[in-house]
Amino acid sequence: MAMKFEKKGEGTYMLDVCGYVCPHPQIYCKKSLEKMGEGETLEMIFDNPSSAETIIQMLDQAGHELTERKQEGGKIIFRIKKG
Amino acid sequence: MEIEAVNTSDKKNKLWAFAITGVLIVISMMYYSANVFYMYLIPYIWFGFAYGMMLQYGRFCFASASRDLFAAGVPRMAVGILVALVFFSFIQATLASTNMSTFHPAPFGPHTLIAGLIFGVGMVLAGGCASGSLYKIGEGNGTSFLAAFFGLSIGQAIFVDLGGIFNKFLPKSWIASSALKEIPASSAVPPEKVTSWFDVYLSGYIWDLPSVQLSGTKAMSEALPGAWKYFIADSLITAIIPALALLCVIYAVYIRKGFIKKRTKEKGRTTGFGDELAGMWKMITASKRTTLMGVLIGITAGLHIFVMKGMHLKFGADNFGKLLTKMGHTADVATGGTVFDPGYWYITSQEAQLGAWILQKFGWDMRDNIFFGVNNGLPELWRNPALWMSLGIVFGAMVMARLSNEFKFKLPKGELIAWGLIGGLLMGIGSRPALGCNIGAFFIRVAGGDPSGWLYGIGMVTGAFIGVKFFNWWSERKMAKEMEAF
Repeated sequence: MAMKFEKKGEGTYMLDVCGYVCPHPQIYCKKSLEKMGEGETLEMIFDNPSSAETIIQMLDQAGHELTERKQEGGKIIFRIKKG
Repeated sequence: MEIEAVNTSDKKNKLWAFAITGVLIVISMMYYSANVFYMYLIPYIWFGFAYGMMLQYGRFCFASASRDLFAAGVPRMAVGILVALVFFSFIQATLASTNMSTFHPAPFGPHTLIAGLIFGVGMVLAGGCASGSLYKIGEGNGTSFLAAFFGLSIGQAIFVDLGGIFNKFLPKSWIASSALKEIPASSAVPPEKVTSWFDVYLSGYIWDLPSVQLSGTKAMSEALPGAWKYFIADSLITAIIPALALLCVIYAVYIRKGFIKKRTKEKGRTTGFGDELAGMWKMITASKRTTLMGVLIGITAGLHIFVMKGMHLKFGADNFGKLLTKMGHTADVATGGTVFDPGYWYITSQEAQLGAWILQKFGWDMRDNIFFGVNNGLPELWRNPALWMSLGIVFGAMVMARLSNEFKFKLPKGELIAWGLIGGLLMGIGSRPALGCNIGAFFIRVAGGDPSGWLYGIGMVTGAFIGVKFFNWWSERKMAKEMEAF
């Protein structure tokens, strides 16, 4: 198991932290956004439901936008636009 | 095709939820039909079940209260816990004032702070506190299972039974004080039960410390006659005012700047006191499900005490050990005729009993010490009241996770195995010296008017800060490695 943070294209990144439990998904989400530029997009994939609640509030407080959220099986996918 | 698969999984999950609930109902009925005394176990099962459902729904974990604050600047869980504390302390005071409380304060001393610190580091590494780990097991989380089973259960049992070389490091004053309490042929402390370092720690240090409950102090008893001392001293002064003060501090440090900036821009004017209140309210309601569960958990924890007191009155016994003895299960109980039976929400001691029960089956004498042999007993698992509460939490969370399609088996892999084991062990080590964890040593004590709960809380938050610092460093290294590719 390893976390993946990849550049998928111009201004588009992917963070896969499936298998990780708290606090790793929220820490990696915060750190990924810190590495990105304003307006760029992060697709985050994780499977720890407890992290979702914290990440949503973290995004709201920091002024980032959760543009899409979906659940596929046990996986949660967030698309985030950095504000 | 995809929709069909989702519907099938949805139905399967619902079926599982009904099956688990059904099995617990059947178990409860079987207990009742076996012997009326087993009725005593049933509230533990179902209050545990209710805690599990609420913890899972609210993503309610004490670890995340300080951890998410330090790691992500998110106060939702800290707010949830403080809200729960306010409600629980009020109900606790109501119960105390009507002599319906089972609460008892703990010995007050610096050990509480140190234990809290160790526990705080452990809960961050493990990814959940004692109760949080249980509800996450219910979600199918293997790392939490490692933490709860190997760390909290087996690790804690071994921790209290270590003797030999570990006894050589004990202060002479503890040894001398402990020797005074060893009474041959007595059920109090037979000398053969003082074998481990923890026995000497308990009998030579902990038992000599004073227990403080604010309502029981001379000053408060004189100043506040009757029931007022419970509401003013225990609830208002010990729990509610500090909780509200902490809410204000969290707002000022983490929320205020961003909120006021946004508010000023939106309104086009300078902000006032009303805007500050609006900011506080926004913080409290930011995660409705967590705050709502905070209220419900606070009320449920109070009801739990009320029901257990009712059980004491119904059976004329303030400890399940007395009922086990009446049923002839004398091997289950400690020399004092008791078993671990907190009478309220509590987590870690029953997990230590689970670990000790397993080790005992493998031939390790776990009854030759004070913790199991004199105080808490080692009942068979199916007759252990508090262990049923822990199982109830796991199954309650499992039902809730199944109903919301969030259940998923996740085997621990890679680094998570190490974090789960180390974190669980630190939680075990950090809960025993303080005679409790984030629930028993912090939440219950603070709400009951025992200031040592805050001491444990300060230690726990400091430990969480250290744990977050470590994980920040660790994840930064990993991110840098990933970013080498672009």
